[in-house]
Amino acid sequence: MMTKKGWDEFEIGAMLRTFNGKIDDIAGTQQQDRDYSENSSYTASVADWRLIKPIFNKDYCIDCQFCWVYCPDVSIISRDKKLIGVDMDHCKGCGICVEACPTNPKSLLMFPEQADEESEIANWPKKDEKEA
Amino acid sequence: MSEIKNIKNLKEFSTSADRFEGANLLCPGCAHSIIVREVLNATNDDLILSASTGCLEVCTAVYPYTSWDASWIHIGFENSSTAVAGAEIMYKALKKKGRLKQPERTPKFVSFAGDGASYDIGFQWISGCMERGHNMMHIVLDNEVYANTGGQRSSSTPIGSSATTSPEGKKSYGEKRNKKDMMAIMAAHGIPYVAQVAPNKWKDMVKKIQHGFAVEGPVFINAVSPCTTEWKFDPKDTMNIADLATDSLVFPLYEIIDGRELNITYRPKNIVPVEEYLAAQGRFKHLFKDEYKYLIKEWQDRVDEKWAYLQRREEARI
Ligand SMILES: Cc1ncc(C[n+]2csc(CCOP(=O)(O)OP(=O)(O)O)c2C)c(N)n1
Ligand code: SF4
Ligand code: SF4
Ligand code: SF4
Ligand SMILES: [Mg+2]
Repeated sequence: MMTKKGWDEFEIGAMLRTFNGKIDDIAGTQQQDRDYSENSSYTASVADWRLIKPIFNKDYCIDCQFCWVYCPDVSIISRDKKLIGVDMDHCKGCGICVEACPTNPKSLLMFPEQADEESEIANWPKKDEKEA
Repeated sequence: MSEIKNIKNLKEFSTSADRFEGANLLCPGCAHSIIVREVLNATNDDLILSASTGCLEVCTAVYPYTSWDASWIHIGFENSSTAVAGAEIMYKALKKKGRLKQPERTPKFVSFAGDGASYDIGFQWISGCMERGHNMMHIVLDNEVYANTGGQRSSSTPIGSSATTSPEGKKSYGEKRNKKDMMAIMAAHGIPYVAQVAPNKWKDMVKKIQHGFAVEGPVFINAVSPCTTEWKFDPKDTMNIADLATDSLVFPLYEIIDGRELNITYRPKNIVPVEEYLAAQGRFKHLFKDEYKYLIKEWQDRVDEKWAYLQRREEARI
């Protein structure tokens, strides 16, 4: 655990290093291959901000990546042009990804934080004929 | 010059390795970070970044955390632009002296700042950076208010908006002055590139940012940043509000090259009435009272007039 500093113990002009050691090609290194230091907010969580959460159902997903580009919190995980899921440590539950999803039924929907993923996917809404 | 990252479509864009991290403290649904992600992911080059005090800076550098995976400096309210200009001039000097360790790398210099920090308090610093010809980009996250300190009006706040220092009430409809035209002011510096962008039009954004990175000299970008807290709408609607902003032409998307040549870069297929844009936000709610309805008509007239002006400028090529 990182030691928390008191208000009078701050280093003036502190420099925070995002990674342990050196990464030469950061733009070519995905998050899972980076060695984040304890100073990166990547190692922190905002999961307790959420009252509602998105659940991803891959059955209807067309990998359009609208949810990826409009997620404010880098919480939609895409690899090799495929949508993999939601990063629940960093998702704040805003619901933008659900709004952006164009499929019918949607491939992402919001549920109460305590909802069970498996049973919600089993009971996923059917295609909305009005919209189609 | 460095290679321009090849981004033909959204699938390709989604292979980007983000250099901005979550678990920052921006509000759920904040557009600032959506804009930042689109900008950073537009290039594979190294990045030298700064942010002026405001929501973005304060929420992404809460000691002992940083949300930035690139060189980034936490600086004052007024001087994100000059901090980056200083780094850029040092880079040039070291290059000239042959003292760069990896001279083949071509870093991009970008300062981010709010409208308060750009239209008002950092105004002369930005003007100086533009006039001195630094090879840098200044990006305004334009949420039309001093959001981080609780919603005071700035010179970007539009007429009729209720801000904490210009609230609507029995005797007032809120902000009385029209938004300052920063695009025109920046273009008047004769800099190579000035552009207005919106996060909902990611492709237009990427194209403009890549153009800005490719040109030699200062670049000014104004990015509309819908603020769920101060504009008063549900966090899930950030991109819907951005759509209304661009499709009602309240935020027309255009660019100005070398201070002269103006190009409109997005023409909505169906232009949405300004009334719909206003109605979707709590900050304009009072305009729908009978005594203030004339202001909605004035809003529409202003937007129509500006659109006609932009089209004339585009045609005239001057
Ligand atoms: C010189 C100075 N004056 C005032 C402040 C207080 N302050 C901090 S953030 C802020 C508002 C920033 O507004 P804006 O630039 O529009 O950014 P936003 O938070 O809206 O993104 C103010 C007034 C400051 N930090 N420094
Ligand atoms: S709810 Fe918001 S933060 Fe969570 S994944 Fe969707 S867009 Fe991202
Ligand atoms: S927006 Fe919907 S369809 Fe598109 S990638 Fe995301 S979940 Fe899949
Ligand atoms: S107040 Fe507005 S700009 Fe600031 S973090 Fe919240 S949504 Fe973003
Ligand atoms: Mg602001």
